[in-house]
Amino acid sequence: MSLDKATVAKVANLARIKVEEKDLEPMAAELNNILGWIEQLGEVNTDDVEPMTSVAQMSLRWRADEVTDGGYAEDVVANGPNHEDGYFAVPKVIE
Amino acid sequence: MSDLTRMTIAEARDGLDAGDFSARELTAAHITAMTASKPLNAFITETPDQAVDAATASDARRAKGEAGKLEGIPLAIKDLFCTKGVLTTAASHILDGFTPHYESTVTSNLWDEGAVMLGKANLDEFAMGSSNETSYYGNVVNPWRREGDNRDLVPGGSSGGSASAVASFSAMGATGTDTGGSIRQPASFTGIVGMKPTYGRCSRWGVVAFASSLDQPGPMARSVRDTAIMLEAMAGFDAKDSTSVNMPVPNFEDAMTGDIKGLKIGIPKEYRIDGMSDEISSLWQQGIDWMKDAGAEIVDISLPHTKYALPAYYIIAPAEASSNLARYDGVRYGLRVEGKDLNDMYASTRAEGFGAEVKRRLLIGTYALSAGYYDAYYLKAQKVRARIAEDFKQAYLNVDAILTPTAPSAAFGFGEKGDDPLAMYLNDVFTVPASLAGLPGISVPAGLSKDGLPLGLQLLGRPFDEETVFRVGGVLEEAAAFTATPTDWWRG
Repeated sequence: MSLDKATVAKVANLARIKVEEKDLEPMAAELNNILGWIEQLGEVNTDDVEPMTSVAQMSLRWRADEVTDGGYAEDVVANGPNHEDGYFAVPKVIE
Repeated sequence: MSDLTRMTIAEARDGLDAGDFSARELTAAHITAMTASKPLNAFITETPDQAVDAATASDARRAKGEAGKLEGIPLAIKDLFCTKGVLTTAASHILDGFTPHYESTVTSNLWDEGAVMLGKANLDEFAMGSSNETSYYGNVVNPWRREGDNRDLVPGGSSGGSASAVASFSAMGATGTDTGGSIRQPASFTGIVGMKPTYGRCSRWGVVAFASSLDQPGPMARSVRDTAIMLEAMAGFDAKDSTSVNMPVPNFEDAMTGDIKGLKIGIPKEYRIDGMSDEISSLWQQGIDWMKDAGAEIVDISLPHTKYALPAYYIIAPAEASSNLARYDGVRYGLRVEGKDLNDMYASTRAEGFGAEVKRRLLIGTYALSAGYYDAYYLKAQKVRARIAEDFKQAYLNVDAILTPTAPSAAFGFGEKGDDPLAMYLNDVFTVPASLAGLPGISVPAGLSKDGLPLGLQLLGRPFDEETVFRVGGVLEEAAAFTATPTDWWRG
């Protein structure tokens, strides 16, 4: 699999990172270099192998479905670059 | 009074207990050392006033007989741990001005045991790097230099500021985080001890996330005993981290019996990589001889999937990072770059806020998780990871611990790895496999390179058997008798 310029542009859009047109080509080359090296994973036989999802054999803990935290909206929004009355402010989304 | 910065944590604890000096005096000596170490750029934020206040409170607690395990010990905190009311940057432009309103569990545990924070240590941006060259706040410099050469060297990464602070005697210990080697490799490069516990031993709550299935906080200090003391304070179950493991925390210091007679130490043949330098292979052989002399049995083992660990890691870690770092959107934290609409604001903020290496990994990760490629990349990598973990499981049927070099070389110069990311990634060839398997590991300084730079050996243990790692690590440390220190050129 090899990334072309258009695919890099698409991935950059998915990642919400603006990439200048002139940088797409070099970035594609760079990413292809890394992905080419990763191709060697194909040599490993992984038939009937379950993907590893957890380091320790553990199941996720259950807890009671009740409110245990909250009530400090001002703390939550305090680090936002633009906020008012406990809300984050963003550019207009709906016309 | 002799220089209070030259002690280990264990020695300082005894001196404080005996009343030889106060926590205030100990902290003041370290603040002076931290200030003098500015050329190393080990700290992003220094908090001397808070440190003095904390030391004063510590002396008061001690006077009342309420001393904790790290009472009055001055530490550096990697700037990936959220600290209430203190700027927390992850060394990224995108977190400009971020001041958490909460404290990470690990640092809370440290303060509960009486530790004193000197400041927030520099690191690679979002912990992505092996040389501390990707920080928005500039390179960290290694206190060590090659003999007869005054060029600056990298401290390793990503916990490079933590390593540099401890190696330069500016802090008695430091917190680090290890995702693929970020505690062990910089420890090796700076001649100190770095310990990555088993995944789940220390809470990740309040630690800026990089790759959640790999990230693990751990201690860095100047002796194995000091890391044992620190880990005992840092570790413990935390309901706020869904992968925190509910197990009692043993007394790690007591595990250091000094006796490893009859223990079986595995030597994995796959770690003898092509092109391994003579000094690394002879150091490794030296380590094997030390283990034998101490009465351990050396067992040759095979970890057949070792060479696939790095490529698997460079899918898994970027994939998880692309998900974790989605939160930096110009809305909730620090930096916002205005755009023509909301999407443009997101994309412009992230373009300006992230550095080149972070962007590269986010793009790889986004691609690996994108529709049509998930099975080929992420799922495949997680299956390879399962095989790597199985290799270790098989090996641990026959051995108690595994001995390897920590890194393939000593510290290198800035820009020496060129601009090929793959050359940089190879630094973690010996540390990444244990990260993927979640195993505990320690790097112990074991010798000097021909240029006079420190080199570390790595010991790996079974899951949640940090005690054996500390026990063998203590014996290795004693045999190596590594006492070299860098000349303090940075004091000018």
